[in-house]
Amino acid sequence: MSVLHIVNKSPFERNSLDCCLRLAKADSAIILIEDGIYALQKNSAAADKLQQVLSKHRIYALQPDLQARGVNPENMLEGISLLDYDGFVQLTTEYDKLQSWL
Amino acid sequence: MKFAILVNEGPYTHQASDSAYHFTEAALRAGHAVVRVFFYHDGVNNGTRLSVPPQDDRNISERWSALAEQYDVELILCVAAAQRRGLLDEDEAKRAGKDGNNMAPGFQISGLGQLIDAGIQADRLIVFGD
Repeated sequence: MSVLHIVNKSPFERNSLDCCLRLAKADSAIILIEDGIYALQKNSAAADKLQQVLSKHRIYALQPDLQARGVNPENMLEGISLLDYDGFVQLTTEYDKLQSWL
Repeated sequence: MKFAILVNEGPYTHQASDSAYHFTEAALRAGHAVVRVFFYHDGVNNGTRLSVPPQDDRNISERWSALAEQYDVELILCVAAAQRRGLLDEDEAKRAGKDGNNMAPGFQISGLGQLIDAGIQADRLIVFGD
């Protein structure tokens, strides 16, 4: 059973990304939305954690939320795919279960 | 594919309600079915027709109502959460002896069983909240 993990919290505010990374199985994917996108800025403590699991999980981020927060895609950790809402919907059809880390 | 959407946050307080709307809209536009959008906890506040946001701001409850009309989607408010927060349709207002109701078009009040049922019917249940 494949799982898509949805993280909407800044890693500098709550520990939901840590919980997610600790429990997510190897075939699962992670999408960062809302304040979750702050995790993917290069050279941050959170990005280091994501870098370590990039071989284990596909990681996505919601582009409109990135833009809303003024995060430049060039400052983003490499290996992360940007999606719009259409892509987000498509992604949810490709995984059996959706887990929101609220 | 059939989706069920759970919204746990109110409008203008957290992005969850906006994210849920954009996701639902994109799913419907892509031709997927949305079995039900269930509003729980503060999420029930999305269902008021009395909100008057500034003209240059989005009108969140009107936006949901328009989506419900265009795609014939069920928008359900949890009855216990709605009563606590003063979200009443005509019947509930009468029953509680209140002088008015505030339900936006397309929204209905029902029980938590509708969330369980949506979870069973849908292929995917997605939760938006804080």
